[in-house]
Amino acid sequence: MSRPELPAGIDEPVFSEPWQAEAFAMVVALHERGVFSWAEWAERLSAEVKRPEAAADGSDYYERWVAALERLLAEKGLAGHDEVDAVAAAWERAAHATPHGRPILLENDPLA
Amino acid sequence: MAARVRALETILTRKGLIDSAAIDVIVDTYETKVGPRNGARVVARAWSDAEFADWLKRDATAAIASLGYTGRQGEHMQAVFNTDETHNLVVCTLCSCYPWSVLGLPPVWYKAPPYRSRAVIDPRGVLAEFGLKLADGKKIRVWDSTAELRYLVVPQRPSGTEGWSEERLADLVTRDSMIGTGVAREAL
Repeated sequence: MSRPELPAGIDEPVFSEPWQAEAFAMVVALHERGVFSWAEWAERLSAEVKRPEAAADGSDYYERWVAALERLLAEKGLAGHDEVDAVAAAWERAAHATPHGRPILLENDPLA
Repeated sequence: MAARVRALETILTRKGLIDSAAIDVIVDTYETKVGPRNGARVVARAWSDAEFADWLKRDATAAIASLGYTGRQGEHMQAVFNTDETHNLVVCTLCSCYPWSVLGLPPVWYKAPPYRSRAVIDPRGVLAEFGLKLADGKKIRVWDSTAELRYLVVPQRPSGTEGWSEERLADLVTRDSMIGTGVAREAL
């Protein structure tokens, strides 16, 4: 007798990479804190996923998600584009400077 | 992209707007606790309990909350019941609004432009691509989700399941059957 297959979608991974989960959770947390309304969020996300350069198969959904979050935070004066660029670059440098197998810490940024 | 997300997390943590423990809890919740199993339990209850089904029809938000599934975005839920005459299909043409509390996070195709644009224009064609052939006379009703209102399709109960326990019934309820791109599994 063949095993009944699992219901569709039950076993599909929710996030394909950890940063997607973090980006998702940040939006949920910021909304719960009242930083923005869910309607405000849906509007920004909608604008991002409708951009002509968005992937037709939706594979860049979480890239769009992050872009929408950055835009909303910039509008609210909570994180400017330059600030995000600078901290992201520091994280990249820290990652390169950290020996393999050790946790990456922002303090490991050689320029910090 | 990972570095940008980390940067956002760093900046927001410094400002006291998020904390990493809370982020971990949210991730864990959506990775392991919420998913289509929740919705399947709601549907199985509705199939087994006429009073619950009636409540679900009138006030889905409250009926679903009574099973412990509540939305975090303050959204309202509406349950739409498939019948012999009408098949229901849910889409979010705006972005990807989805009933997270009962279905977890949406599958990739739900968020993709082809589904979002075509579900409204050509629902029959879209369903055919999902392998779902409806009887010619059957009407398709398409529901467009919003940030405030999300839909749960209650598929028709398969025949031959009289007397089944809710748990057994829930196994027949697929995620796609609750979006409307599928129907419940046949009883084996």
